Amino acid sequence: MSRFKKEVSKKTPKINTASLPDIIFMLLFFFMVTTVMRETTLYVRTSLPAATEIQQLERRSLVSFIYIGEPLQSQVFGTEPRIQLYDSFASVDDIASFIESERQATSEAERPLMTTSLKVDRDTKMGIVTDVKQELRLVNALRVNYSTLRGEVAGMRD
Amino acid sequence: MARMTPEINAGSMADIAFLLLIFFLVTTTMDVDTGINRMLPPPIDPDAPEPPPVRERNVFVVLVDAQDRLLVEGEPGNIETLRERAKEFLLNEENDPNMPAKEERYIELLGDVEVSRGIISLQNDRGTSYEMYIAVQNELAAAVREIRDRVSRDYFGRAFRDLTIEDQVNAVRQKVPMAISEAEPKDVGG
Repeated sequence: MSRFKKEVSKKTPKINTASLPDIIFMLLFFFMVTTVMRETTLYVRTSLPAATEIQQLERRSLVSFIYIGEPLQSQVFGTEPRIQLYDSFASVDDIASFIESERQATSEAERPLMTTSLKVDRDTKMGIVTDVKQELRLVNALRVNYSTLRGEVAGMRD
Repeated sequence: MARMTPEINAGSMADIAFLLLIFFLVTTTMDVDTGINRMLPPPIDPDAPEPPPVRERNVFVVLVDAQDRLLVEGEPGNIETLRERAKEFLLNEENDPNMPAKEERYIELLGDVEVSRGIISLQNDRGTSYEMYIAVQNELAAAVREIRDRVSRDYFGRAFRDLTIEDQVNAVRQKVPMAISEAEPKDVGG
């Protein structure tokens, strides 16, 4: 009888991993397409408010970002809301030169389409935001986008 | 005998791909930038003559104080009713003499229509919270958008945001302008 017994291998069969790189590459391409490069390191907290009447910002190369909020390292920089331009803290007076340098980096034909995106923390008081807006008006950067998340506005939620 | 090319070991390909994947995961962000678009008024020329005063019936004043309380047309308001009140003001369906006047205007594709002269004036205090400011801006924008939707449905049979022909979009924009003005900053107090 034993002569019919097949020789059974004791080893577990090897799993074929030849398609593993393809799967990972697929994931890689997915992330490359759906995400955008991080350009600045945030030094201020910007938890954005929510709104319903929102539009998507297009042409990121034409958008300049101004961040306003409480410094993340509040034990070093205090809790007073600060303005961040590029990678450093700035004051209201720096906004004019910031907008000017952004304009220089854009071709003349596209300058009228430039937008300033205000990423402001929801607990910030309007005082500093008003100062920034006045400064933007003075340098004729009139297209602004108040950055918000999608959702019901405060006070309507409950 | 045909010479066999030796097989290339592709076992580490997955590792390389993983490395690239992790690099992209770390350096990129997923957030899509969305927000409320607004045009700031151009700077005021100090030599320019004073603009003619806007008649009181044509202005809808919204004040927000430092405690985030609303004052709508001189009486305490509420964020939940702000949208309806703004719509009522801009539409003025009963031609109330205290509500904004309308002017006859010819607009391409729409013909002779009445355009409201109403302006919404938004004033805030330096102490107003940004969240409240956005909430008010949002509700006022929503009021205009809802009126635009209504006009758009009446004339073109679809919502404003679904209009694809630019002339139609412009026609509705002219019929219902986004008349939200921000006053020169001053302390409202509170």
